[in-house]
Amino acid sequence: MTAKMKFAALAMAALALVCGPAHASSGWDEIVSRARGQTVYWNAWGGDDRTNAFIDWVGKEVQARYGITIRHVKLADTAEAVSRVIAEKTAGRDDNGSVDLIWINGPNFLSMKEKKLLYGPFTQLLPNYRYVDVTDKRSNVTDFTTPVDGMASPWRLAQFVFNYDSARVTDVPRTIPDFLPWVKAHPSRFTHPDPRDFMGATFLKQALVELAPDRGRLQQPATDENFLRETAPLWTWYDQLRPLLWRHGKQFPANGPAERQLLGDGEIDLSMSFDPAEAAASTASGLLPDTIRTYTLSGGTIGNTSFVAIPYNSAHKEAAMVVADFLLDPATQAHAQDIRMLGSFTVLDLEQLSPAQRKLFTDLPKSPTLPTNAELGPVLLEPNPSWMMRITAEWKKRYVR
Amino acid sequence: MEEALRQIGGRIRGFAHSPPRPGSRHAIIIAVTVILGAPIVFGLTFTLLPAFGYLPSIGGHALTVQPWRDLFSTPGLATSIRLTLSTGLAATMLALVLAFCFCAVVHGRMRERGADALLAPLLATPHAAMAIGIAFLIAPSGWLLRLISPWLTGFTVPPDIATTQDPWGMALVVGLLAKELPFLLIVILAALNQIPVDRHMRAGRTLGYGQGIVWIKIIGPQVYRQIRLPLYVVLAFSLSVVDMALVLAPANPPPLAVLAFQWFMSPNIARYMPAAAAALLQLLLVAGAIGAWRLGERGAARVGLWWTMRGGRGLTGELGLKLAAALGMVALVVGFGALGALAVWSFAWQWRFPDALPSIWSFEIWQRQAHALIWPLGNTLALATLTVVAALLLAIAWLEGEDRVGAKRPASVFHPVYVPLLLPQIAFMFGAQVLAVKLGIDGTLQAVAWAHFLFVFPYVLLALADPWKSLDPRYARSAAALGSSATGTLIRVKLPILLRPILVASAIGFAVGVAQYVPTLFVGGGRVATLTTEAVALASGGDRRAVGVLAVLQSLLPLVIYVAALATPRIVFSDRRALSGRV
Repeated sequence: MTAKMKFAALAMAALALVCGPAHASSGWDEIVSRARGQTVYWNAWGGDDRTNAFIDWVGKEVQARYGITIRHVKLADTAEAVSRVIAEKTAGRDDNGSVDLIWINGPNFLSMKEKKLLYGPFTQLLPNYRYVDVTDKRSNVTDFTTPVDGMASPWRLAQFVFNYDSARVTDVPRTIPDFLPWVKAHPSRFTHPDPRDFMGATFLKQALVELAPDRGRLQQPATDENFLRETAPLWTWYDQLRPLLWRHGKQFPANGPAERQLLGDGEIDLSMSFDPAEAAASTASGLLPDTIRTYTLSGGTIGNTSFVAIPYNSAHKEAAMVVADFLLDPATQAHAQDIRMLGSFTVLDLEQLSPAQRKLFTDLPKSPTLPTNAELGPVLLEPNPSWMMRITAEWKKRYVR
Repeated sequence: MEEALRQIGGRIRGFAHSPPRPGSRHAIIIAVTVILGAPIVFGLTFTLLPAFGYLPSIGGHALTVQPWRDLFSTPGLATSIRLTLSTGLAATMLALVLAFCFCAVVHGRMRERGADALLAPLLATPHAAMAIGIAFLIAPSGWLLRLISPWLTGFTVPPDIATTQDPWGMALVVGLLAKELPFLLIVILAALNQIPVDRHMRAGRTLGYGQGIVWIKIIGPQVYRQIRLPLYVVLAFSLSVVDMALVLAPANPPPLAVLAFQWFMSPNIARYMPAAAAALLQLLLVAGAIGAWRLGERGAARVGLWWTMRGGRGLTGELGLKLAAALGMVALVVGFGALGALAVWSFAWQWRFPDALPSIWSFEIWQRQAHALIWPLGNTLALATLTVVAALLLAIAWLEGEDRVGAKRPASVFHPVYVPLLLPQIAFMFGAQVLAVKLGIDGTLQAVAWAHFLFVFPYVLLALADPWKSLDPRYARSAAALGSSATGTLIRVKLPILLRPILVASAIGFAVGVAQYVPTLFVGGGRVATLTTEAVALASGGDRRAVGVLAVLQSLLPLVIYVAALATPRIVFSDRRALSGRV
């Protein structure tokens, strides 16, 4: 992108912010016409077949509609894309970069935003952004307490849930303290992913949110002093839990999918995931037995939003924005929420939609294994990222020998 | 014939070589230096600088030892280092001992029956796929236990035993053995072609030695000289392995190379500096281990000489040899079991503990993967073909050039060409990526081919150098005496005699190219998808069925080349017993 184009995009962004959607549309038409023929290198974790199939489908749709080609760069870890952008910046390649769109949130987003590796703000340019629920689904605008500031566009919601095998257990822990009697009754039949993985860290964060003396504190950055105070009950609880975990709490599955495999292999009876539809979809695809059930804790669980962001040096920013907008299209969101596709919950505010658009959501097929919105319970906010980093570090200090 | 050759050789020694042509020789050396040297020098620089705090793109402008402080204050670092050294050394030592004992016991029969072709699937399978297969085989919910549960064990749910990720890293050693033992065996088989094995064996047997002990005392030391370099490569690799360790090694803490890898991949950018320090420490460990191994070689040589001179006929030792050979066989069987498990998984829909086989079979996973894999498959083939052909041409030019200037220098471990194989990949791939970006070629097929070439070329040269140097120079002298030009001798005499090692070298190169993960990922900018990058991305998703499909494809490709490498000399030289690999 030339400096002139960059200026034009910034000017349009400013214009859109000042004048609202009416004027944005002419600017948007220009973006759409520039986007035609561009190829978007979408860097996204490639470990999930369903997400891969969804990205495939998005590629076909935007090709037909906008003449945009999507290449899914399958990552084993999102940080790969971050390090790629850093390498490009190190080499002085400030435009024509190799990454156009990243599926991102949490520490990866924070670190790219802080190091000014992102393009934007751009979300106000997207016509479909007006449907996004920014009041009840706070994680759409505040990612792990980091203000998104229009530097990333939401596309799916995630909430922390537990999965158990109803063929082997009937009683399940409904609160964090309940886990202690449960593992005593079922030793070696539960574990969590390695806390260096976001899923394992989320389990500890979930425990922290329930056990911390002052939950509000977690929305502020952790300090040496309040970290000790707020996490003391967590470590007391965890010291009792750990010896009764799978492998006596000495080894942990590397990540969520690895834990799902343990559940499927029958090595454990209770697992966790960050996607309420994952177990239902895994059951349908034969990965898990159909006796698996999904539930959440009675006091609610942590939830967050998956975003797409555009690196500052992307070579195809217009096409990347068109794809981000397509992901927010009510029809796309309804398709993604279809359990036969992804089953991921929408980031949109259904109240803002027309009756015809709303019907797309109400007409979706129901699955008995899939929890309803009501069953999912309240969504708790992610603590400030500093808590997660400190918890992971403290966990390593205490338990890695 | 032997006698005649010797006489001719003696007579024409003075003028056998064609006049040296330093120009072309220098051109080759310069080309190799630039192609291999630039990414390494650049790569190491961009590891060295961040290890001391200098990385301007993330705000590190001053030199400091803080990264090292961070590294050494990491919980469990001592365990990581101990784990790295113990698994790497144990795997290498075991692979060597088992390979020698295995050859000593079965070598004659092995070649007659063409059993060497059986090793090809193990050689061809990338480490990551092998690790996943082995993990499934030996896990508490794995295939071995499923076969005997519940009727023998009584288990209806898997027991909680640490058979993978065990604290001593034994599962990792088994995994490395399943890959490195076949590698050493094939290298030994290639080396054996250059040694008059049958003559030595007859002489030894006549003197009353057992067959196995002739192999160990007389043939083994000659073989060892030829395979020393591959052995150091195995050692360096075993110490630095990442993909296999991610699956089989303990994670709390992991081996050092995994630690560096995880930090490089960490969302916390500040981790790059301690990651670079860890990568440098990894480099030092590898260097130290190779140094220690060389010292050990000297000791072993002294003890071995005394043992051989003692003249024991070793008839009682045959049993121990057979036991070790059986153990080697077990390692190979585990490798095949892992491959079988992956193949079965690729056709499974549902396979639960304690079912011995899937309860629901399906082609669905193959169908689902088929269309998505056409592009990566094409890339993989193009890359491997490109790099192997280039590497082969350059290696032949290199070796022939050495012959023509009469270089007698034995291939040294410290020869710069082999540096890429002895360096932990993690230590220079970030910097290599920066170089590719600076040249504006990152994300292109050519750039990835270049990165693969760094590893394919040394392997090809390594596989070819010793057979080439062991080639009896009297053949070339005879040809020269009969009026053949140097190039004519190369094409009509040397290359045909060396056809088998050449083909084996390309097969090894092909397998090495196909398996590259870290270089493809870094230099390819993620845009060049290969079967291996797709496999590792899928492996993180925990669907063994999809990984099974990828692993089967990944193994099949190089396997085809291996089989061709082993079959071709038999067909081409069916009328020349000594060249057909059927001695």
